[in-house]
Amino acid sequence: MAEVTYDHATCIYPGAERPAVNALDLAIGDGEFVVMVGPSGCGKTTALRMLAGLEEIDDGSIRIDGKDMVGVPSRERDIAMVFQNYALYPSKTVGENMGFALKMQGVDSGERARRVREAARLLDLEDFLDRKPRNLSGGQRQRVAMGRAIVREPKVFCMDEPLSNLDAQLRVSTRTQIAELQRRLAVTTVYVTHDQVEAMTMGDRVAVMRLGQLQQFTSPTELYDRPANVFVASFIGSPAMNRFDGVLESGGVRAGNALLRPSDQQLHAAQGHGKLVVGIRPEHLSVGGSGELTVKVALVEDLGSDSFIYGSLADDAGSSIIVRSGREHPRPGEVIKVGVDASHLHLFDADSGERVGD
Amino acid sequence: MSADSMTAQPGPATAEPAYAGPRARRRNNSLTWGIVGWVVGILFFFPVLWMVLTSFKTEAQAYTNTPTLIFSPTLSQYKTVFSSGLWPYVANSAFATIVSTILVLALATPCAFALSLRPVKKTRDVLFFFISTKMLPVVAAIIPIYIAARDLHMLDNIFTLVILYTAMNLPIAVWMMRSFFLEVPGELLEAAEMDGAPLRRTVVEVILPLVAPGLAATALICCIFSWNEFFFAVNLTATRAATVPVFLVGFISSEGLYFAQLAAAATVATLPVVLAGWVAQRQLVRGLSFGAIK
Repeated sequence: MAEVTYDHATCIYPGAERPAVNALDLAIGDGEFVVMVGPSGCGKTTALRMLAGLEEIDDGSIRIDGKDMVGVPSRERDIAMVFQNYALYPSKTVGENMGFALKMQGVDSGERARRVREAARLLDLEDFLDRKPRNLSGGQRQRVAMGRAIVREPKVFCMDEPLSNLDAQLRVSTRTQIAELQRRLAVTTVYVTHDQVEAMTMGDRVAVMRLGQLQQFTSPTELYDRPANVFVASFIGSPAMNRFDGVLESGGVRAGNALLRPSDQQLHAAQGHGKLVVGIRPEHLSVGGSGELTVKVALVEDLGSDSFIYGSLADDAGSSIIVRSGREHPRPGEVIKVGVDASHLHLFDADSGERVGD
Repeated sequence: MSADSMTAQPGPATAEPAYAGPRARRRNNSLTWGIVGWVVGILFFFPVLWMVLTSFKTEAQAYTNTPTLIFSPTLSQYKTVFSSGLWPYVANSAFATIVSTILVLALATPCAFALSLRPVKKTRDVLFFFISTKMLPVVAAIIPIYIAARDLHMLDNIFTLVILYTAMNLPIAVWMMRSFFLEVPGELLEAAEMDGAPLRRTVVEVILPLVAPGLAATALICCIFSWNEFFFAVNLTATRAATVPVFLVGFISSEGLYFAQLAAAATVATLPVVLAGWVAQRQLVRGLSFGAIK
């Protein structure tokens, strides 16, 4: 168990136009589960590999329990990694795979077998210890990869999209297993994913990255309720937050024909910002209601429990809007009135994309 | 209306082949390829079969103008071959082949490892340099090699052949082994590194078991090339270090009289390679198709 600190950590691939990871600052607490999330090429995997010692730290530093890791080889960092493709040793059995790190540490075979059995019991792998990886299913391989990591009892777990090769159903169940296992073992964990649902459900805190830069690092709830900028607002949440161009007017923000009324604190903070982006999540819009917006329905996605209405503002055909609705919903082509829950409006500066107000 | 024009007419009759078409075409295709495969196979195998058959004939039978397939086989040619001092030649060939192959594998494996898994800026140039050494005709190099061997008092010395065979096979082995190493996922090396394995243990415990079929295939190719090598052997050896191919030539007389004996000697010379190939068959096929099938 350990604290992990990224201090202006930077990684530049030779010949690249911009750093893969640019001056990343993160302070990860002992036993914390941190998820790094972002679109492809955002630098999340590179940041993880820098911690694991698989990529150079070109500037800044990464510290584990206060000890600078620059120049320290991977094998001396006491970090276990779960790879995206599991990277199990094909010629070794499940038991040998899980015990390999202990063997390298010089742990005697009796103790090794005991710890491997213990980890196997934890992961329900006891019946497979003599099998080769090629004779396992995807889910079992994933568990072996996990087992290989936990059997070492390392300071830090690094997990690089470990669920991306599983089918949707298995992914959901394994997600909860990993989260539960991490809580039980209380080992500091850095988990990389591009799936924002994984990020929101698994992490104590989530680091959202984009183009090598940290956008926001906070709890999932905070991330959802108070996104730091337009990128985070659009990336976190499914379906994405609705966004409209807006201009500050007396008493509110005008978006198209509608005058929306954010809180006084937001309006006060928005003073001096020319153009704004107004954000509102689909669940904070309601069919009918106060009816500030007029929406032309293009498509309705019925999910059973509720539905999402996709359309555009009636006065701006180029816009797009998503409204969460109940089981009763309009038909495509209808023009409907949509109410806005103004207490959940988000304001962003249109130029910088940064959040305005609370 | 002629029969030709009738068959050319479209109608319900053509609908059936169109419906069954793809399957029928596939069947025809596989039949054609089957025939081509058999013809090529027989073309390759026939001379070998002829050699083996001839080795069991008397010289007179070997010379009958209409070659006969039915004859009473004799082992007399083999008796002659084995009693004509074959064993020292076999020993020389075996020594040169085994030692040079071990040396080639010992040198090519780390070299190919570095060139595939730890590439640097000039890796491609180095690879080209290796293979470019094979572009020089051996005939062009034989005089300097001969003079060097003579001045070093290494003519008719089996270690000269060991060195030359090692050098001769090294580029091919490096290229072959490199292609096998390229198939090893980089993540495995990283996983071993994370597991705390030093490079030597990573190679021995993780990588070598994976590339073992490739290693077997490379070893076999080197063995075949060394065992069959004739040019260096005939030019650089005389009596003490001569190898099996040199021994074989002894059976070719200007009169061309000893066909059956030559066939028996050639069969004996071929056997070790065939046996090695048979033993390594499974590994070899896996090794040679390693790049194609993941």
